[in-house]
Amino acid sequence: MFLALRDLRFARGRFALMGAVVALIAVLGVLLSGLASGLADAGISGLRALPVTHMAFDEKATSEQFSRSTVEQGDWQAWSKAPGVERAEPFGNTLTNAQVTRGAKKGEQVNLAVFGMAPDSSLAPSPSRGTGLEEGSAGIVITREIADLGVEVGDVLTADKSEVRLKVVGLVDETVSYGHIGVAYADLDTWRHLHYGLPGDLPEAARRQATAVALTLEPGADVAVVEKATATRADTKETTFGASPGYTAESSTMALIKGFLYAISALVVGAFFTVWTVQRKAEIALLKALGAPTGYILRDALAQVVAVLVGATAVGTAVGLALGSVMIGKAPFSLSAPAIATSSGLLIGLGTVGAVVAVRRITAVDPLTALGATR
Amino acid sequence: MTTTSTDHRIAPDAAGSGGLRLDGVTLTLGDGDSAVTALDHVGLGVAPGEFVAVVGPSGSGKSSLLAVAGGLQQPTSGTVHIAGTELTALSDKERTAARRRHIGFVFQQSNLLASLTVREQLLLPLHIDGRLGAAARTRADELIEAVGLTHRAGSRPHQLSGGERQRVGLARALMTSPAVLLVDEPTSALDRVRSAEAVQLIAEQTHERGTATIMVTHDTAIMDAADRVHEMVDGRLS
Repeated sequence: MFLALRDLRFARGRFALMGAVVALIAVLGVLLSGLASGLADAGISGLRALPVTHMAFDEKATSEQFSRSTVEQGDWQAWSKAPGVERAEPFGNTLTNAQVTRGAKKGEQVNLAVFGMAPDSSLAPSPSRGTGLEEGSAGIVITREIADLGVEVGDVLTADKSEVRLKVVGLVDETVSYGHIGVAYADLDTWRHLHYGLPGDLPEAARRQATAVALTLEPGADVAVVEKATATRADTKETTFGASPGYTAESSTMALIKGFLYAISALVVGAFFTVWTVQRKAEIALLKALGAPTGYILRDALAQVVAVLVGATAVGTAVGLALGSVMIGKAPFSLSAPAIATSSGLLIGLGTVGAVVAVRRITAVDPLTALGATR
Repeated sequence: MTTTSTDHRIAPDAAGSGGLRLDGVTLTLGDGDSAVTALDHVGLGVAPGEFVAVVGPSGSGKSSLLAVAGGLQQPTSGTVHIAGTELTALSDKERTAARRRHIGFVFQQSNLLASLTVREQLLLPLHIDGRLGAAARTRADELIEAVGLTHRAGSRPHQLSGGERQRVGLARALMTSPAVLLVDEPTSALDRVRSAEAVQLIAEQTHERGTATIMVTHDTAIMDAADRVHEMVDGRLS
C-alpha cells in the first residue's frame, strides 16, 4: 500500500468522485434491500410466521393456490395418519372487507386477510393482548397492521356480504401480513362464513372444508402415497410464498433492479480503474524498471481498489441506514442485517471483479518504455 | 568490429567482483527485412568508481545500450556481467531482482512518481525490496543532503524545478547502493548551467560511492566531467 495510499491522497478528487458513485449505489442498495424486505414482510410474513414446514393444496390448484385450493376433512385426516407427518391441520385463507360497527373507529372500512384454524391447533396465535381464539365464538385476533388503523381489542367488525359480526378478542402486536393486508386469525367456522359469504348456519359440506392442509413433516419424509390418495400436493412453506398475491412479481422486480445496480457499479468501477491504469502506464513502467515485480504492483493496485470500495460502501451503507430508518412505518420497508450485508458484500465483490479486469493490464506494461523520451 | 578489438575498452578490474562488463553484445530488433541492428558487437567495461559517457546522435543505439546493460532487454547475443554476475544468464524474475538490488537508473526528465514526496521517492526502491527500515530512512536523509535537497524533502515533483527533480532521480538511483549506475540523457530538460551542475554531481557520487556509471547523452557539452568518453554510431562503439 506504499504507493496506493499516497496515490489515493494525491488524486483524492478523482477517487472521491468515483467513491461517491459507489456510495450512492450503496445507498440505493440499502434502500432497495429495505424495500424488498418490507414488501416481502407485507406479502408473506403471515405465512412465514406459521409453525409449519409444508402446505398441501388441491393438486388441481397450480397457481394462486390460496384462493383456488379446497381440501376436505378426509384429506387432513389421511395426512395426519401418513408416515413422516408430525402434524396435519386444516388451514383456511381468505381476503375480505369489514366495517367497524362498534369502537372508536366506527364506520371505518378494514381489509382483512383471514387465516382460519382450529383454536387448539399449533397454528393458533398467541396474542400479546386480550385472549386467544375460541371455537364458535366468532372472535378474531388481529395483528398490528389492523391495530394501526385504530381497531382495538373489544371492537366489533361486521363483514361485508355475510354480515357476520366479528368481535376482536386479541391482538398480536407484530406485522403479520398476507398480500399487503393485515392478518386476522379466526376459528375455522368463522373463516368459512367469511370465505363463502354465508350468514347463519353453514351447509354441511362447507363445514368439512378448508383451503389447505398445514403440515409439519419430518425431514426427508416421503409423502407420495398420501399425496396420490388425497389428490393433494405438498409444497414447502417457502414455495407457498409464490402463491401470495403479487409476491413473485415484486421480488423478481426487486432482484432485477438490484442486479442491474450491481452490474452498473461493477462497470463504473471497472471503467474508472481502466482509465486510471492507462494514465499510470508511465509510472508502472518506471516501477518495473526499478525492479518491482509485477505482483508487487498488482497487490498495491488491488489494495487501493478494495480500500476505495470498502470505504465508499461503508459510507453509502451508513447513509442508506439513516435514510431507511426514517422510512420505516411510512412505506413497506424493513431493515434486515443479512440482506444489507449481502447487498454491501456484492457491491464490494463485483466492484473488485470489475477492477481486477482493469488492473490486469499492469502485467502488459513494458518496463523498457521508462527509457527514452517516448512519453 | 569484432569482440577482440574492443578489449582495450574493458577496464582492468571491471571483470572481477565489481563493475560492469559487456562482451560482444549484439541486439537485433524486429525480424526479416525490417530487422534493425541496434547494437553491433559492443564491448565495454566500466570499473567501480568510473564514469563513462557515451555520446551519439539519436537512433545510434544509446538507449538500447542502457536497456541491455540494465537488464531491461536481453541481447540477441553476447553477455553482460554486473558485479561478477552474468546478467544475461538470469531468468526474467532474477533479472528483475538484479535491477532492484544492483542497478540504479537515472531516467530522462528524472521520471518521478507524482504522488510521492522527495523522501518517499527515495524510500520506494527499498519498500519494493522489502527492506524499508530505520537504516533506509537514515540513508534517504543522507542522500537527500548529498544532493542538496534537505529543504525540499517533503516536496512533491510538481513543486520542484527540473534540476531538483533530476537530483532526486539520482539520489533515488543511489538508494540501494547499486554496483552500476545507468544514466539516460540527464540534461535533456535542463539549461546549460544546470546541466553542468547535474553532471558534476553524478561524477562526484560515482567517485565517492564507487559505482560503475554509464551516462548516455547527445549533449557533447557535458562530457568533460566523464573519465572516459565513447562515441556511438549505428550501434557501434568507438
